[in-house]
Amino acid sequence: MVEVDCLTKYYGGFAAIQDVTFSAEPGQVLGFLGPNGAGKTTTMRILTGYMPASSGTAQVAGYDVFEESREVRRRIGYLPETPPVYPEMTPRSYLDFVSRIKGVTKRERPEAIEHAMAATQSLDVGNQPIGTLSRGYKQRVAIAQALVHNPEVLILDEPTIGLDPKQIIEIRNLIRGLAEDRTVILSTHILPEVTQLCDKVVIIAQGQIVAEEDLGMGGATEDLEAFFLKVTAHDAVELNVVDPTVPSNSTEVEAGEDTSGVSDMMHDSETEGTE
Amino acid sequence: MTNVWAIAYRELRSYFVSPVAYVVLAGFLLLCGWFFWVYLTQFSQMVTMYAQFQQPQMLEQMNLNDMVMAPLLQNMVIILLIMMPLITMRLFAEERANCTDELLLTSPIETLEITLGKFLGAGIFYLVLLGCTLVYAGILLYFGDPEVGTIVTGYLGLLLVGLSFIALGLFTSTLTSNQIVAAVSAFVILLLFFAIGWPASTVGETAGVVLGYLSLIEHFQPMTAGLVVSSDVIYFLSVIAFALFLSQRSLESLRWR
Repeated sequence: MVEVDCLTKYYGGFAAIQDVTFSAEPGQVLGFLGPNGAGKTTTMRILTGYMPASSGTAQVAGYDVFEESREVRRRIGYLPETPPVYPEMTPRSYLDFVSRIKGVTKRERPEAIEHAMAATQSLDVGNQPIGTLSRGYKQRVAIAQALVHNPEVLILDEPTIGLDPKQIIEIRNLIRGLAEDRTVILSTHILPEVTQLCDKVVIIAQGQIVAEEDLGMGGATEDLEAFFLKVTAHDAVELNVVDPTVPSNSTEVEAGEDTSGVSDMMHDSETEGTE
Repeated sequence: MTNVWAIAYRELRSYFVSPVAYVVLAGFLLLCGWFFWVYLTQFSQMVTMYAQFQQPQMLEQMNLNDMVMAPLLQNMVIILLIMMPLITMRLFAEERANCTDELLLTSPIETLEITLGKFLGAGIFYLVLLGCTLVYAGILLYFGDPEVGTIVTGYLGLLLVGLSFIALGLFTSTLTSNQIVAAVSAFVILLLFFAIGWPASTVGETAGVVLGYLSLIEHFQPMTAGLVVSSDVIYFLSVIAFALFLSQRSLESLRWR
């Protein structure tokens, strides 16, 4: 459903992401995990057609994000890092506008709007200007925006940010429900979120994928935490300098391997890199 | 086209739910009303004066179109010169400040549709503004007998001038996320287009012709006198088309920046 192959993006001379490769299937929630500034948002922006990659390809629902951008954009629901809302509009009029530009037909529109608002539990503020809403409600309206046209692929950049614990649980349940018949890619830097929500985790640090792994439901949080700290700490020290002797894919992990195995492998590549 | 309309409709709503539309409308009408009153009282004073001194040949030359409507329309251009950047500055700068550009650019719509939608939205607002000033022409028509044709061509000219201002303002608004920067640069461009013909008589023949042709006011003035020349209309349409083209390219380049 989503196939990302060797995606690289330069901002001037700075590589925001390098050779990012991963894939996600329908029915899967893919967690994109990494410290701030690791390149999560950049990758998501490329997938949604907001900007092109410097090199590499990505396919969403069988369409190339660069060549057939409009087809891709039709099939994607995107929640950017900052809620893309107009403060002077009410959630209802805002969702009406979004559903129009997302190509929802006039007949389906009222139902689509109600459904998106109900799913994100924002019906009670439907007629209040978004600018007057709390951060949590703004975030929910922004999530409703991503759902309103019933997209095949959902790309959510830190969906639970700014929400209180109860809302976080509700949104997680919503995402799980949505993932039943579509692909969800979400970015986060909250580790428990990944273990609770995701079927698959991709860890990115300093613009490079350091691990890609399938998680069984209820995977071991502690292992992941230790592992995450290890790979990202390694990154901060080592990957500042581009080392041509380490092929960037060498750190990628095959699906099905357990976390301790991954740690060992990381350790190996680390020693290789320094020698 | 539905996408263009969706963008335009949202834009218009935003104008009218914020105080911007009302402040601009009220301010514009206040200033226009002031100028209208000034020219009208001057006109009636001169009519009374000539009637007192019994100068029928002077009275015959008195003309509501030339003495009230044309100067009023020309003053409106100057008011628009200052106000239009304030109307257009938010068109894209605000989208970028709100991060809603990310929504627009990841939706299945083309940048051309976004550009045209924005232009249409601001254009309709301008039509409302212009429509409100028709009351002055109405007053003249009710109490006097100005030539209707001249008023119509004058308004056509004002419409073209205003739409050119919008297109240029739209372009500067795509360049920045700061509304003040967008407004100031739009104002500079508009003022330059307004005054570019001024040195036409002193810079030599060829340069003079070129500067004269570029001057916005040179193409507007004949219309206030009832003269619609195709080259003037083409001038305004090319300014609009060129500015819209630049806006669309600039929007497209957001993806690459």
